[in-house]
Amino acid sequence: MVFELHLKRILLTFIVALGRLVTAAEPVDFNRDIRPLLSDRCFGCHGPSTEDRQADLRLDMMDEAEGPFVDRGGYRALIPQDLEGSGVWQRISTTDNDMLMPPPDSHQKPLSLAEKDLIKRWILQGARYDKFWAFIPPRSQSLPSTTDATWSRNRLDPFVLTQIERNGLRPQSEADRRTLIRRASFDLIGLPPTLAELHRFLADGSETAYERAVDRLLASPHFGEHLTKYWLDLVRFADTSGLHHDHYREMTPYRDWIIRSFNENMPYDQFVTYQLAGDLYENATIDQQVASGFHRLHLVIDAGTALPEESFHRNVIDRVTSFGTAMLGLTLQCANCHDHKYDPLKQTDFYQLYAFFNNIESAPETPGSAIHAPMLQFSTAKQRTDLAQIQHQLDSAKAQLKNLEVKLNELKANIPADQQENSKEIASLTSEIETALQRISERTAVHEELNEIVPVTLVMKERPTVRPTHVRVRGNYDQLGPLVERNTPSFLPPLTFEGPVPSRLDLARWVTAPGNPLVARVTVNRFWQQCFGVGIVKTSEDFGAQGEWPSHPQLLDDLASEFLRTKWNVKQLLRTLVMSATYRQTSHADPLAYSADPENRLLARGTRFRLDSEMIRDQVLLVSRQLVTTMLGKSVKPPQPAGLWKSVSMPSSNTREFTADTGENIFRRSVYTFWKRGMPPPQMTILDAPTRESCIARRERTNTPLQALLMMNEEQYFSAAQQIAGHLIANPTSSERQRITHAFETMTSQIPDEEELAAISMGLATLKTVYEKDRAALQQLTSNWELLDDHQRVELAAYTIMVNTLLNLDITKTRE
Amino acid sequence: MDPILIHQPLQSRRQFLRQSGMGLGATAMATLLPRDGAAAVIEHPHFTPQIKRVIFLFMAGAPSQLDLFDYKPDLAKHFQQPLPPEVRDGQRLTAMTKDGKHLIQPSMFQFSQQGECGMWWSNLLPHMANAVDDLCVIRSMHTDAINHDPGKTLVNTGSEIPGNPSLGAWLSYGLGSLNRNLPDFIVLTSAFWSGDQQNVQSLYKRLWGNGFLPSQHQGVLFQSAGDPVLFLSNPSGVTRTSREKMLDLVTALNRKHAAEIGDPEIHTTIAQQEMAFRMQASVPQLSDLSAEPQHVLDSYGPEVHKSGSYARNCLLARRMVERDVRFVQVYHRGWDHHVNLPRKMRGQCQDIDQPTAALLKDLKTRGLLKDTLVVFGGEFGRTVYGQGTQSMTDYGRDHHPRCFTAWLAGGGVQGGIVHGQTDEYSYNIVDKNGQKTTRFEDDAVHVRDLNATILYLLGIDHNQLTFSFQGLDHRPTGVKEAHVVEKILV
Repeated sequence: MVFELHLKRILLTFIVALGRLVTAAEPVDFNRDIRPLLSDRCFGCHGPSTEDRQADLRLDMMDEAEGPFVDRGGYRALIPQDLEGSGVWQRISTTDNDMLMPPPDSHQKPLSLAEKDLIKRWILQGARYDKFWAFIPPRSQSLPSTTDATWSRNRLDPFVLTQIERNGLRPQSEADRRTLIRRASFDLIGLPPTLAELHRFLADGSETAYERAVDRLLASPHFGEHLTKYWLDLVRFADTSGLHHDHYREMTPYRDWIIRSFNENMPYDQFVTYQLAGDLYENATIDQQVASGFHRLHLVIDAGTALPEESFHRNVIDRVTSFGTAMLGLTLQCANCHDHKYDPLKQTDFYQLYAFFNNIESAPETPGSAIHAPMLQFSTAKQRTDLAQIQHQLDSAKAQLKNLEVKLNELKANIPADQQENSKEIASLTSEIETALQRISERTAVHEELNEIVPVTLVMKERPTVRPTHVRVRGNYDQLGPLVERNTPSFLPPLTFEGPVPSRLDLARWVTAPGNPLVARVTVNRFWQQCFGVGIVKTSEDFGAQGEWPSHPQLLDDLASEFLRTKWNVKQLLRTLVMSATYRQTSHADPLAYSADPENRLLARGTRFRLDSEMIRDQVLLVSRQLVTTMLGKSVKPPQPAGLWKSVSMPSSNTREFTADTGENIFRRSVYTFWKRGMPPPQMTILDAPTRESCIARRERTNTPLQALLMMNEEQYFSAAQQIAGHLIANPTSSERQRITHAFETMTSQIPDEEELAAISMGLATLKTVYEKDRAALQQLTSNWELLDDHQRVELAAYTIMVNTLLNLDITKTRE
Repeated sequence: MDPILIHQPLQSRRQFLRQSGMGLGATAMATLLPRDGAAAVIEHPHFTPQIKRVIFLFMAGAPSQLDLFDYKPDLAKHFQQPLPPEVRDGQRLTAMTKDGKHLIQPSMFQFSQQGECGMWWSNLLPHMANAVDDLCVIRSMHTDAINHDPGKTLVNTGSEIPGNPSLGAWLSYGLGSLNRNLPDFIVLTSAFWSGDQQNVQSLYKRLWGNGFLPSQHQGVLFQSAGDPVLFLSNPSGVTRTSREKMLDLVTALNRKHAAEIGDPEIHTTIAQQEMAFRMQASVPQLSDLSAEPQHVLDSYGPEVHKSGSYARNCLLARRMVERDVRFVQVYHRGWDHHVNLPRKMRGQCQDIDQPTAALLKDLKTRGLLKDTLVVFGGEFGRTVYGQGTQSMTDYGRDHHPRCFTAWLAGGGVQGGIVHGQTDEYSYNIVDKNGQKTTRFEDDAVHVRDLNATILYLLGIDHNQLTFSFQGLDHRPTGVKEAHVVEKILV
């Protein structure tokens, strides 16, 4: 009985946490309860889109001429507190299929009884409309009162605690210190603590030990690398163009600038402004120009295949879309073809934004494998001279070749066909041509080699005169509609500018101007997602009407206003998150709590989720003492199974043949791994990394057999197990218990208990028997090792499999 | 409802396999053991399913309908004449022939009537000619895209813009898994082909990608060399026994941790590791052709012995659907014949003719064609006007989105029929009265309609299978309307 009550309570918790249903006594909240319903089922025909609107009725605005309260010849769609008089209620509650809304043939999900009841209560409570929450600037909130006055550690905790208490629950206790440091380390730098770091933290008994550990992590150069990983998903960063040949396209100086900026804790408003309009600053610095490469990260097709006008249009749409998703948290792209169906974004709004991004001084298509200007080349003076010299040699060799070919043709025309074979002149010319061809191919190779070591990055550059912009009818590149001027959407604060026309720099400043309701919230939410697994708004890429209602709206607003107050200080924001009592809770909980609230939206426990692909790989390299911490530079190619690139590439693509790097490069952090869009590294995509073809604000987390195979068998993952095994048995005096404990602690940051020790020890004994019996397998597994005797070979084999076991534990791949 | 209990039988299943010595074939295993693949989101099919599985033979690069399927005997009269402007009617062209002369180029290949149905058929495909009574040929396919990349992306994902899930991923998401030893969705690509060698378009992972669906639904690309499934083989020196001992230990430690921490996700990890272990046995069985009878091997032609050939992939596709892999996508590249079409076309047809015919026959013999659908087609058609050198026996053709041919065979569709028609230039789809049309009501079939029809045959209403992403309920056929081609159904 007690058990059942407990279950019920948690289920109720879950429902309230999602904000979909409220108990009968609670007032209905328009933004939380009603707008999502109307948006989902009604706005398609009765929403912002003029084109799709039916019966001249819109339900998204209360005060429009076509709004719900207008007299429509004897009846109204909504009459506050009058259920029977409200057309909306009549139409959703009828049993007549011809009258029913949403119409049964509209493919819309019918309204459930509970949903109808919500609408009923909303009408009875006055059918009040509120402006959409995410379009009102966030305000600092007063702290809610809580029963437990001692739990909270900082400003964010009371907001969480009050919800937990409202649901009749208590927060979980603080996680043990080993878990806590491992968690903070993964969340802030993407790596687990080394044993030394772990032990230093455990040995520090002072009250500020955790705080100091957090500050150490925030100051680590790995911090920037880790944050950049998320950013690269968000801005679709990759090393190839993504279309047609999918040629190599270098942008690594942009990636490095992102890493440096996060490490230097550049204020986020500046960080965004540089990317949106760095090139437009007066005497723009190199960094500002590099940052503007944000606009060049889109997929781009090679010249000579598509129609340039169409490619141009697609590039601009991609830029506007990315601006929307990455900066504003809005899905602008729907309005490319028509008025947005759910948000008050008109097609003209889209093209007014388009007008900021269509003025690039550049060809719309990439010139084959050559660099697609405008770009910055980071060559030394010597490299520049060398390149120029080789280019000159190449040009003259080509000119010479052309001459020779003309001569040969003339000659052939004058000598009868049957005598050509014996002609000395022809023979000599042919040999000269061969020499010239050889010289060209040699010089080309040298030129390419030199080019390969010179970092290059594509940048944005504005044309001196502004291009006129037309609405494109139904989004078709060649069907011009009315002319529009640069402007921002009307439902957001107005744009201010000084010049004759607004510039992209004005737009960039508008994005982070006080009063912009979206950017601070969207940004805070993404950092929250990084630390808690799920955002306060789960749909971190969409804060529009179809986005999800925040689990903690006041908290989100308070964090956003605090972020503004601290002048967009990212490190301080993250510090607040990880120092909170909310963050420090243990993830140990009743299985029922997990099934009632699987995503932990209520935050009544610590969140537990699988590490991202990069973190899993970097951890394997770190614990096997192989990680090379060299920062920045060209992308690197750790080994991958043969033939993957070839199986998808065009024969003339310069990313057709994959050749793995050697030496230190293969042990660099995964943020530096080469990313071919047509075939990204499988070690990443199998573990849910996106292909980087479009902007992704959150990754899915799946659990698949292919992931299990990857973690058991991948070359680097398995050889790491052997490396660790080698270290373990290198000390002949250490006991088995010491070795197991050391390995377990290295990989999980935890000490194994007696039960685990016994199980692992028994496993080791079994494995030793297996390899004592199977000499062939033993030989294969240990052939690379110079060992003294068979006993040691068996030890190495058994320990290798044992470490492979530990690397495949759920706890090892999870941040708890 | 203790989640621990639900997953309890897993260990004993593996013990069972061990006791039975792994001697059972994959199919036998599938019937002996309950399924525990990914759950379906569609609890009840929207329609009665006609088929269980699909093999999509994708001719990447776009084969010429004029030389294979769409017989236009009168074109010879117009050789080298300009295409009448009213036929082109403002059609946008590629950058390659935008400014060209657009001179009519008849096909140099002979056509003859085949089968009981008497369908006109190119002599380039003599083996497939024997199967025409099983084919439903759609001559009125059309698409929005004029270039390969968006064209293929549209066929495979319902949208020209990258980022949407592929059809196979939608099926995996919507219908769950039919088997518990193999992936739901497998992709095979030819490693070589006879036609064009230089101008060969890329494939992209997105063509079988999960888009915004969870990544467990992405297609698994089978490799023609090395492990067929990435990271399938144990590293050198790790035997089946040592892997099993290792997994025993992993499972024991994971179980203990799950009991302590309470997160049911740990049990999913355990289940997936078990599935990985099973795949280590089932996938090599799948690709091991040694038990195939000689006459079956022979029927696919001599190339079946070459790893990575189209013939080998057709045979593998049959072995996959036999094991209830729901969706198999086979790509054969090399069809982009802008110049020297006749030479390249002969080579390409040699690659595909016998194996495709053998696949159909093999499926039929085994009773699999009843509930399997085979789809054959490219991303668009080719122009009636020539490109490059133009003579009666040497020519090329440019991309053409307004009409092309695809065919279906198998469960739920009629055999020996032709659906839709084109004008005398195979340039526009026309209605019964010869009027130009793109309307579905006039039998024009958009790529989206084809996909909607495939979904229908599997029991899915394309409007009702949705996934919410970025504020929109996305459908497998995209935002624009799509129709089921009911006229071709049985």
